[in-house]
Amino acid sequence: MTITADQENQGPGQLRVVGTRAARHDAVDKVTGRAQFGADVYMAGLLHGKFLRSPYAHARIRSIDTRKAEALPGVKAVATAGDFPIVQKQPIEFAQSVRGSRITAEVILAHERVMYVGHAVAAVAATSFHIAEEAARLIEVDYEVLPAILSIEDALKEGAPFLHESMTTQFRVDRFGRGEDTGVKSNIADHIQLKSGDLEQGFREAEVTVEREFFTQTVHQGYIEPFSSTAYWAPDGHVTIWTTTQGIFNVRSSTAEIIGVPESMVKVIPMEVGGGFGGKGTFYLDPVAAVLSKKTGHPVKIVMTRKEVFEGTGPGSASHMRVKMGADRSGRITAAKFYLAYEAGAFPGSAVAGGATTGTGQYNIENFQIDGYDVVVNKQKAQGYRAPGQSQANFAIETVVDELAEKLGMDPLDLRLKNVVQEGDRMPSGVPYPRVGLKEIEEAMKAHPHYSAPLEGPNRGRGIAVAFRWQGGQGSPATINVNSNGTISLITGSVDLSGTRTTVAMQAAEVLGLSIDDVVSTVGDTDSVGVSGGTGGSRVTFDTGLAAIAAAEEVKRQMSARAAQLWELQPEDVEFRDGIFTCTKNPADRMTFKELARRLGSTGGLITCSVYAPTTGVGPIFAGNIVDVAVDLETGKVDILRFTSFIDAGRAVHPGFVEGQMQGSTAQGIGWALSEEFFYTENGTVANSSFLDYRMPTSSDLPMIDTVIIEVPNPRHPFGLRGVGEVAAVPPLAALANAIYRAAGIRVTRLPMSPGNILEALEEKSAQR
Amino acid sequence: MPDRIRVRTRVNDAEVEFLCESRQSLLEVLRDVLGLTGAKEGCNDGNCGACTVIMDGRTVNSCLVLAVEAEGRSITTIEGLASAEGLHPLQQIFLDEVALQCGFCTPGVILSAKALLDREPRADEARIRCWMGGNLCRCTGYDKIVRAVLRAGEAMRKGAS
Repeated sequence: MTITADQENQGPGQLRVVGTRAARHDAVDKVTGRAQFGADVYMAGLLHGKFLRSPYAHARIRSIDTRKAEALPGVKAVATAGDFPIVQKQPIEFAQSVRGSRITAEVILAHERVMYVGHAVAAVAATSFHIAEEAARLIEVDYEVLPAILSIEDALKEGAPFLHESMTTQFRVDRFGRGEDTGVKSNIADHIQLKSGDLEQGFREAEVTVEREFFTQTVHQGYIEPFSSTAYWAPDGHVTIWTTTQGIFNVRSSTAEIIGVPESMVKVIPMEVGGGFGGKGTFYLDPVAAVLSKKTGHPVKIVMTRKEVFEGTGPGSASHMRVKMGADRSGRITAAKFYLAYEAGAFPGSAVAGGATTGTGQYNIENFQIDGYDVVVNKQKAQGYRAPGQSQANFAIETVVDELAEKLGMDPLDLRLKNVVQEGDRMPSGVPYPRVGLKEIEEAMKAHPHYSAPLEGPNRGRGIAVAFRWQGGQGSPATINVNSNGTISLITGSVDLSGTRTTVAMQAAEVLGLSIDDVVSTVGDTDSVGVSGGTGGSRVTFDTGLAAIAAAEEVKRQMSARAAQLWELQPEDVEFRDGIFTCTKNPADRMTFKELARRLGSTGGLITCSVYAPTTGVGPIFAGNIVDVAVDLETGKVDILRFTSFIDAGRAVHPGFVEGQMQGSTAQGIGWALSEEFFYTENGTVANSSFLDYRMPTSSDLPMIDTVIIEVPNPRHPFGLRGVGEVAAVPPLAALANAIYRAAGIRVTRLPMSPGNILEALEEKSAQR
Repeated sequence: MPDRIRVRTRVNDAEVEFLCESRQSLLEVLRDVLGLTGAKEGCNDGNCGACTVIMDGRTVNSCLVLAVEAEGRSITTIEGLASAEGLHPLQQIFLDEVALQCGFCTPGVILSAKALLDREPRADEARIRCWMGGNLCRCTGYDKIVRAVLRAGEAMRKGAS
């Protein structure tokens, strides 16, 4: 279902391509098995790489003996961190301005200390992966085991050992700002603080207050394709990398730094990506494959096992949060105090700022204080996971708001509407909102038949939640080549995770009056396209779309000049509308885009236009959920009976893709809420490093997921669109928690709301009686 | 180099002969020896279903089948579904219904659905959700996959009558 607001504000004229359900450019390859993913790279002389990983959460590496491994027939080379020039040149530094590739190198291969179980220590290249695996086991590492810190609580305890002796807390008040060094030695890498108004006064004005503490678990993005990379270091020093990544230019620049070559010597070729969700926003294999290739003279391919993905790649952070919120009798939220501590893993960089700057962003609150802490522990370095850091924060805030509504005897949607943010209101960071659609979402939720449908049966409940997220925010290039038959090829530089080649092409086709079938859309490699931001932050359809539109406008301008040349007029005498060039002086002179394209060759040659569209900054996007559950009081199992997801897409470029983003986001949110969890043993080992034990939702766990797309046009985009890739993943955690409360009378504040945790909460509740 | 074993089998209706080590899985041989990379490795322990192929009419996780077990069998991989006449109805409907995003699980999902519809063309939503429980998809939330399989069942019934 799509609800469109502001019809008149939809951009120029009637849209013909944007808003349709165009066929994907890559769909035939994907349904026939011909799409080439990272592991599908084969070439002559290919060697296979495997890692040896740490069995300890924290240990000093005294020595590494590779002789036995090297002696195994078929083994061609062994690499350690010592093979990375950056490791030889630079110590690890923790000031925000100098973090970067040195820390990445340390995550890829441990240098002097292993920092978590699964931390890679050495890698082998051999003629088969079986041999490489055998050889990796023959590497002997002498470890001095050190005490490990495995939780936020332990890391922040008085007298806790410091994970990094040289690390001091960086303090900042802006998500994107550089921190100031506080000089305080701590396991807190970063402290972000957002403040407004007078907190004490705010709480004095409150009629009701709710104070709660929350714990959320470590979760994994769960992409089905493991990391893979193939690298070839040619005798002339050129390094080619075929890889699965969300950002080819990040892999290029950072790999070049790590292996000590100029970035112009590294070419990164993007393969199809089998899911990323933020997890593939960083990389683990490429520099190792490159170094092994240099040592052997052969291309080297490394593919992670699933166990390695769980143990050795960055998951979404576990968190510890405290919230206190107050509201007056009318339902106005008068004050909010929000403490968030996120596990960064062994090195700084959790997404706590994402949570701190968005958690309360659905509400107009005058008085608040938000403190977010990035805490290092002996676990995998955390990585972004679909709206990084926001699901945790939203779970806490939306649960507390639900409780406020209950205490006030208000409908939870009425309370939200009472405090809803609109254009001109301020984000928690202080930046004013442009035109946004949260109010429209909340009104649509209230009017939706799901919200008023009777809930029949025992232990059933309905919950809601809403969420705020940013989208966009990096510059992008686009090149359009006009072919002589009037079709175009469009080349962009941010990899396509889920259909963006098509959504970007739709925008170019719209401008040029072409059909989507007239556009061939490709993501180039790092040698063939301008530097582009990575794929993340719901940005590609938005940012790269702006670049495609700008390139198409330039094509239009140059084509108009050619038409003027043919008609012996000035370019301003040519008008282009709906795919037709018309002479304004003599409207009988008309040419379609295709007719004119045929004549380009004889009027100065075919046309190529390249543009770089700088970022227009990040923009807000909102989503909401209504969910019905049944809780089995005997087993603690939660069944989802009905789920409706709402989003303000601004303008749904491709409604089928938008629905797909909403449904996939929802399924991930449900998994996070109900079943997914890393179990760490006492020594820091992930005890459930397989899909079977990690428990992502399967088709038999989920119902259909209904979608409602609201369209409140984004003033920052010619067609009004907003990036939709992440926000719908944020509200399911709280929506489910609120539904479970109404079904079973328990407020679960520790995720996941798995049968065990539900039963525990039920027992606590009956013990209190 | 361990001894290699000769295996004769049928893959996508063609006689195929290959040499493999006893430790090699069918998935490994399909991909590394026969060049059929449509079968994907997502976990190598039978949990994700990305390597699903059809062997003698039944779906198997090819990572859990030893290559030597393929002797005398008949195997269908995703590469065997489309023909010179065009896509299999399941492939076309997956494309029309946007029942894929990243596409990594898609070959296994389509083969799993084919095996179901070949034996139960009237499978309903509950049956489809249960049958497809061994094919993990992290992108779609399964909604559009289940709808596509329902529609393909209809289309295949019509095509058969």
